[in-house]
Amino acid sequence: MLSGVTMLDLARFQFAMTTVFHFFFVPFSIGMGFIVSIMETLYVVKKDEVYKKMAQFWGKIYLLSFAVGVVTGIIQEFQFGMNWSDYSRFMGDIFGAPLAIEALLAFFMESTFIGLWMFTWNKFKPALHCALVWISFIGSMLSAIWILTANAFMQHPVGYVIKNGKAQMANFWALIANEQLWASFPHVVIGAIVTASFVVIGMAAFGLLRKRDVNFHKKSMRIALWVALFASIAEIGAGDYQTQVEIHEQPMKFAATEGVYETTGDHAPWDIVANLNTKEHKNEGAISIPDVLTILTYHSTSGSIKGMNQINKELHAKYDKKFGKDMSYYVPVKTLFYSFRIMAGFGALFALLSILGLIWTRPKKNTIENKRWFLWILGISTFLPFIANTCGWFITELGRFPWTVYGLFTIADSISASTTTGELWFTNIMYFLIFSTLGGVMIYYCKRQLDMGVAGALERGAY
Amino acid sequence: MIDGIDFLQLLWFLLIGLLFMIFYFTEGFDYGVGMATQFLAKNDQEKHVMMETIGPHWDGNEVWLITAGGAMFASFSDWYASLFSGYYILLFFTLFALIIRGVSFEFSAHAETEHGFRIWTSALFGGSLLAPFFLTMMFGSLIQGVPIDAQGNMSLSFWNIVNPLSVVAGVAGGLLCLIHGINFLRLRIDDPELSKRAANLNEKLYLVAYLGEIVFALLIFFQTDFFKLRPISSTIITLLIVVLTAWSDIALIKNKQGKAFVTSGLTLVAVVGLLFNGLFPRVLIATDPAHSLLIKNAANSKLTLEVMTIVALILLPIALAYIIWSYVVFRHRIKVNQNA
Repeated sequence: MLSGVTMLDLARFQFAMTTVFHFFFVPFSIGMGFIVSIMETLYVVKKDEVYKKMAQFWGKIYLLSFAVGVVTGIIQEFQFGMNWSDYSRFMGDIFGAPLAIEALLAFFMESTFIGLWMFTWNKFKPALHCALVWISFIGSMLSAIWILTANAFMQHPVGYVIKNGKAQMANFWALIANEQLWASFPHVVIGAIVTASFVVIGMAAFGLLRKRDVNFHKKSMRIALWVALFASIAEIGAGDYQTQVEIHEQPMKFAATEGVYETTGDHAPWDIVANLNTKEHKNEGAISIPDVLTILTYHSTSGSIKGMNQINKELHAKYDKKFGKDMSYYVPVKTLFYSFRIMAGFGALFALLSILGLIWTRPKKNTIENKRWFLWILGISTFLPFIANTCGWFITELGRFPWTVYGLFTIADSISASTTTGELWFTNIMYFLIFSTLGGVMIYYCKRQLDMGVAGALERGAY
Repeated sequence: MIDGIDFLQLLWFLLIGLLFMIFYFTEGFDYGVGMATQFLAKNDQEKHVMMETIGPHWDGNEVWLITAGGAMFASFSDWYASLFSGYYILLFFTLFALIIRGVSFEFSAHAETEHGFRIWTSALFGGSLLAPFFLTMMFGSLIQGVPIDAQGNMSLSFWNIVNPLSVVAGVAGGLLCLIHGINFLRLRIDDPELSKRAANLNEKLYLVAYLGEIVFALLIFFQTDFFKLRPISSTIITLLIVVLTAWSDIALIKNKQGKAFVTSGLTLVAVVGLLFNGLFPRVLIATDPAHSLLIKNAANSKLTLEVMTIVALILLPIALAYIIWSYVVFRHRIKVNQNA
């Protein structure tokens, strides 16, 4: 069985594993940077010590997530050269620049200012100290912009020419103006903020379940709930906008997320679940709500959605000369279909939970402590944004199949010729072990910090 | 220009060299401090203080490596692609070292038991020891010329990677980082006893370093074409490496801590200088010279290099400014007892 596993499979698995793991911590730390910044700003404005404690307590979680984000990020830069050297040769002229700018502009900023921030609680005046954490948060947003600039090109190449079989930059501004970039950036960053706010909400809920530091956790939770409410509502808009761009630029990805094989009529129903036959390319029955897909797609009551079978034909007509007629343009339909439902479903759930949470944490109404069932739900939802982020990542990246660079370069052509299956097996297993350890330790230390309580945790220093 | 190399191509070759130089100068000392936690510290208290000297800086220092890699990708993607895929396993080990080291700072701060603290400080030590060893080993290996095919793909044998020059380069690189780290530590701690202990250790290490540098120079003479290709500059830089080490040694003995630190850092810079001087006008040396990757062929398009030049001109000074500021903020010496 194992002999059937090719180098391509292993390299793809490695890419998926390392990026998904990295992408647990990236949104987590970007969002934590935002929430900690808000907490410290409240301290500066209101001069109430409790906000300082909050910034320090949650700041420790921020630093943990940042550390794991950093070390799993180095792998990414090396990986393109190590496993995907032919991709790097093809794309380097375009891909390298945003990556280098990301390092120069964002990484130095994030790392230097977070280093300054963590060691200067007693050194700087509160306002200056607070500025440091904001700058490090801004650095992480800049980092997101540049890595998404590179990704946006892979989704929708612009501003390039092909010379000697390689993509060459023709217009740098076009890379930055790429519609894909500005469609995905808000979605990713707002998603990051939702992620971190639910980490704070969930951990605070566990704190309340233990009946310790009740006031502290309720206050923390309420800040995070407000952030979560605005962010999860904004995320619906951001997601919708990205979908609109996708419909035009990557119709196959969109059709797959909705499981639409045959082009629909003007009143397309939205399938909640569907029996998708990926072999015969058929949707064999579904539970659906009438008209909703048309409304979601066109924001109007009439309009047809192009099906995958038609898109496949169009792609063949467009690309057969270049990639041959044996190419399959169907993406992993089931994965995309269910990923989308999980992601969007969780998104709606987050909005609902933050509304309920805000109602039950109103000052002078100590109702949330008595709703242990609700605290349990909030506690469990600490983990849900990570699943939602991963689903979003699956849609984005698997929906690009069969290409690494949409319409230009296939995944199969991208791998390194000089690596061996043995090396890839070895590194895959090692990465898996390292990641399980890091993830486990990280969760353990987050839990321990709750066990120690606020006073106990802060006694051990601010970092 | 020289050998058909454009100005921008030359500039980026030099800039990548410069980025590696800054990387070795800055992260060199925090690798050294990481190693010193095992060689110097008598107790956990001292380890804590040593880690605190690099705590605010190590992550920023590591970004120089990421920037060097990114710049290589952006300006010479063929170089980046061949090098990183060719040195697959060695780079994986380097990554492994960087990962366990990178989390060790945070994780050891959260560790509650002595046992937990030991695990993560060992990770710091191991990572700080292995990362410069593997990286410098890679440089020591690649300057000897390696099998590269017409497509630019390497097929390295075990002995291409592990041989006298590469191992000596790795050990010497690690050792120079350790010396440099101890010099940094002496600048940042306020503890006469620990500082004396550090100086004593460094005095011995300098003696090993001289030996290592001589062996390194001899191996480069016999195993690479550096001295045939560029006899004058290679000789000058080699001598410079030894002179800087001696300078640093003498400064240490005279207890000029700042001078000792700067010169031990410049020793590492000179080592990188020797490598890049010898590489020119190539970026990768193939056993079959026809397959060597040359600056003029491996470089990316003029537009990309122009964009990168403008970006670097704007961003590098800004980054340098706040990085230097962060060193100014943390210029005060740390007392060992204060942290009790």
